Order: sequence, then structure tokens, then C-alpha cells
Amino acid sequence: MTEKSNNISPKSKSNSSEWPLFEIFIRSKNGLEHRHVGSLHAADSDMALENARDVYTRRQEGVSIWVVESKNIMASNPEKAGELFEPAKDKVYRHPTFYELPIELKHI
Amino acid sequence: MSTQDLEQRFQDRIDAGEKIEPKDWMPEKYRKTHIRQISQHAHSEIVGMLPEGNWITRTPTLRRKVGLLAKVQDEAGHGLYLYSAAETLGISRDEMTEQLLCGKAKYSSIFNYPTLSWADIGAIGWLVDGAAIINQVMLTRTSFGPYARAMVRICKEESFHQRQGYEIMLTLCRGTAEQKAMAQDALNRYWWPAMMMFGPRDEESPNTAQSVKWKIKRKTNDELRQQFVDITVPQAEFLGITVPDPEMKWNEDRGHYDFGAIDWDEFWQVVKGNGPCNKERIAARQKAWDDGKWVREAAMAYSQSQENKTQSKIA
Repeated sequence: MTEKSNNISPKSKSNSSEWPLFEIFIRSKNGLEHRHVGSLHAADSDMALENARDVYTRRQEGVSIWVVESKNIMASNPEKAGELFEPAKDKVYRHPTFYELPIELKHI
Repeated sequence: MSTQDLEQRFQDRIDAGEKIEPKDWMPEKYRKTHIRQISQHAHSEIVGMLPEGNWITRTPTLRRKVGLLAKVQDEAGHGLYLYSAAETLGISRDEMTEQLLCGKAKYSSIFNYPTLSWADIGAIGWLVDGAAIINQVMLTRTSFGPYARAMVRICKEESFHQRQGYEIMLTLCRGTAEQKAMAQDALNRYWWPAMMMFGPRDEESPNTAQSVKWKIKRKTNDELRQQFVDITVPQAEFLGITVPDPEMKWNEDRGHYDFGAIDWDEFWQVVKGNGPCNKERIAARQKAWDDGKWVREAAMAYSQSQENKTQSKIA
């Protein structure tokens, strides 16, 4: 695999009658963003929403659900993580502490 | 449910400190106000890259170059966060671009002033980003969820911008008499435009009351401006340079600095398109849009051809 990105859907030997996999995102509280909580199989997105409600919000863990079919999510290749993320490592000048200001200075 | 009931329930949610999300019911005016405000904020980030970009090839040292590059790069990213937040309200990216280019959508007037000397880069980081931070910290608590969350990310990333600018000012002010004079000159030219960044005075700002009621803004223009003055004047004193306002003085009773009148005629002239660089800024954005056309088209054509290939393989 030479590409940088890859579909997150596992390449299993499942037969074509298996329900597709969906990734589930939950907004835990008003004002917060949706976060990935896991995945489940469902025949379509409506069923995925209903099942996500039953599986992931039984104890009021959420106020909103997003579902997206796993095959529609592309993921970066872990083997390429080095070349993707290491370039940011030596860029200290993107951080506030790189700039030297006297401590007696206020509100900056 | 009647519109009046919906509006009442909406206001109750706002009053209770709840965030509003794109799929929630909202008054049409709330939606429109947000589209206008968020897209103009996004345009300001993008147009704001131009005055600073002007100095990237001419920084005095490599250290200054990497800092300025990183700052301008951040602003491109901030524009993107904001455009995305506006898109959740049902306006497309292309529509927003069009509104900027035809002059229907505004951006912060400060970016219509030229960057004449290297000290201006210091003054912009210190004053312009300083003013923007005061406004944006308030906006992290704004009532529209996607906007508030974009602001949290932006504020976190922006903390280095102002320090970068102030460090430039400090270096100049501790340098030769000529360098210090450059810093003073930049402060003289950027002070009043920075004061204008908070918008018209409260009594001249008819939308403020509604915006505060909907918690789009949590403080009025004049409150934010006062906060900026109180924080910035001691920072100028620390540099040993003077804010160009003879009426600026500490008021013991109020516990704030008093300051002189702002030239609002200048502000409105610049808003209307008659600032020193309005035409140049829009021309630069128009050129970027036009020059990028073949790239946008080529990328779509490539994507289409890949899809066709996959489909013919399946068939």
C-alpha cells in the first residue's frame, strides 16, 4: 500500500449479504462537538441511528448522534505517520513560549 | 407551534446558556446575522494575510521569517475553520467568496491600511491581534455552537501571534534611536485603526442590543474597546513609546483610562471602500481566485476520471 490514505473499513471475507458497518459519533452534552464512540452494523443509516441510540446512549450519554458508513471514511496510513506528522515537531516557533517577553509584562 | 412560541422557546434556551446547533430551530434573523458575522470574520482572516505577507520575503532575520510565516499560515487555517462554521448555516463557500469579491461582504477595516515598514509587522501582531484576541475570547462563549468551538481552537492557536508582534516591538525599542522611531511611527499609524476594530460606539450600533440578547456578543463594542485600552496602554509604556492620543490618561474614579474621540468619518470612509488599500486587497483576492481556477477544475477533472476508471473496472 503506497497511498497516504486508506479506507477505514476492514477488508474481511464477509459475504455481500452482511449489513454494512457504520461509525458512530455522539455529542455528549449541549455545546460540545460530536466524538467517535465506536461502530455497529446496520442495514441502512436509519437503522444505524436507532441502534446507536440503543447501544451508545442507554445511560443518557448523548444529546445528538451522527452515523456515517465506514467505507466513507478515509484514514491516514499508520505506516506513513512519520512523514505526515514529524515535520511539525521541530517548529517551535508555532508556540507562544518561543517568543521571549519579560515576565513583568501583563496580559500578553 | 406558532413562530412566537418558537421564538420564546429559542430565547429561553439562550437565556439558560444553551448552545444553538445548525439543525436546531432558529429565527431567520439569527441565522442571517451569523452568516454575515462568521463569513466576514473568515474574510478578515484571509484578507489579513495580505498586509503581513508583504513582509515575508523581507524579514530582518530567519527567526523573524519563520515566525511570520507560521502566523500567516495560521490565519489561512482560521479562515477555513470560520468558512466551515458558516457553511453549517446553509451558505456555500463559493457564495461567500463571491460576496467578498463583489464588495457585498465586508472584512475588518484594519487590513485596508498599508504595511510601510518592518515595525508595522510588530504593531500588527501586538495591536491588531491584541484587539482580535479580546473580541475572540468573548466569542468563545457565543451562543452558536460551531462558531464558539471554532473560536476556542483559534484562540488557542493565536496566543503566539501577539507575542511574536510584541517581541518585534520590544527589540526595536531596545535598539537604535532610529529603530525606536520606527516603532513609534508604526504605533502612531496603527493605534486609531486598531481602536476602530471594535466597531461603532454603542449608541451608533443599532444591532448591539439584539446581538447581546441572543448572546451573539457577550459585551458591547465600547466595553471591549475600553478593555483593549486598559490592557494596551501599560504595554506601550513598557516599550517606552507613546499612544498618539493627548487625552489618554488614567481615571482613578472610573478605574479605567480615558481616551480621546475616534475619527468615525475615517472609519466609515474605509468601510465604504475608500481606505488606502481597499482596491489593492480585493484585486489581490480576485487574482488569487482567477489564477486558481484551472487548479480547481483540474483537480475535479482528475477526481472524475479516477471515478470513471473504478466504475469501468467494476462493470
